[in-house]
Amino acid sequence: MQLDSNAPAERPFWNPYVAGVVLGLVLLGSFLIMGFGLGASGAVTRIAAFAVDLVAPKAVESNAYFSQYFGPGRHVLGDWLVFEVLGVFLGGAVGAYSAGRMKLGVDRGPRVSAGRRLALAVAGGVLMGFAARLARGCTSGQALTGGAALSLGSWIFMMAVFAGGYLVAPLVRKEWR
Amino acid sequence: MTLPLYPHDAFGTYGGSFLGTLIGMAFGFVLERAGFGRARNLAAQFYLTDTRVLKVMFSAIVTACAGMALLSGVGLLDLSLITVPETFLWPQLVGGLLLGAGFIVSGYCPGTGVVAAASGNVDGAAAIGGVMLGSLAFGFGYGPLERFYLSGAMGVVRIDELLGVPMAAVAAAVVAMAVGAFLGGEKLERIFAGKAGEPAPDSPRASR
Repeated sequence: MQLDSNAPAERPFWNPYVAGVVLGLVLLGSFLIMGFGLGASGAVTRIAAFAVDLVAPKAVESNAYFSQYFGPGRHVLGDWLVFEVLGVFLGGAVGAYSAGRMKLGVDRGPRVSAGRRLALAVAGGVLMGFAARLARGCTSGQALTGGAALSLGSWIFMMAVFAGGYLVAPLVRKEWR
Repeated sequence: MTLPLYPHDAFGTYGGSFLGTLIGMAFGFVLERAGFGRARNLAAQFYLTDTRVLKVMFSAIVTACAGMALLSGVGLLDLSLITVPETFLWPQLVGGLLLGAGFIVSGYCPGTGVVAAASGNVDGAAAIGGVMLGSLAFGFGYGPLERFYLSGAMGVVRIDELLGVPMAAVAAAVVAMAVGAFLGGEKLERIFAGKAGEPAPDSPRASR
């Protein structure tokens, strides 16, 4: 099940500069059409709140943070960002399928087991979920979107993301190299 | 005609949701084609064997930023209608550090995790599951966090307005910075990929 990055039918990735310019045009398009940019983590938070709401509605609806998603005439999933991230999933699937990269597997370094890699993916995800709520966005909503809109806080966030990554990278070298 | 076309979602919920899905699809497609559905491509940024993350991100920021500066310069875009994330200095600094740490541990950021899951990478789905748990932890622990969450509040601060210069001037500076970062990234890649015995990312042997 391990992803084979040398599978014959697979098409190459785009040149990173070309991919970046096209990504920038998508971001620019969002600004020019909607008046705001892209996002990701906010939708994931809404989906998590929605899931908890199914089993324990009181817990989220009366919560000081999550209550902003609920109320009369509002649905926790009724937000532009949720549809946008649904689109990210669909677009990612189309991209992977049409490039011959749609394969079930675990992408991991040569020295780490699939189980350990998955555990670390969850652990890193937990950290990011917390961090994205604290910072009011992630690499999409803050670094990319706020970066292009020249928001001071977004640039500080972006520099901090790189700093945090480089600080921790030596500690998890075995996971990747 | 003045842009943006539908500020404040004046287009209506259904139309806005439809456009959101389309814009998201384009976003996800490009992230996949950039190679961001694979954790190893993203993690390589932090070992400097492939600085693809830097190249894609900065090219995108420069393109969108210069595009907005240009369009507002010729009067087609009303910058005052563009939503700019507010600045909360301390939570953004600490949140950034934590998110960067989570990025290299999980191998994805939230958006790229969605793309990875969509292309069959179970580790991407695991990362997104983690993001859900982490955001729930934040929400349920919000009480004592609220003070810090609201600290360093500065409102909307655009770097060009802060410096009192036209947006185009800052956009030009960002372009210059990006070009410098690209040249540095290319150089570092050759050094670190060479050390690791890997072909430099853009050499023919590395194309997958």
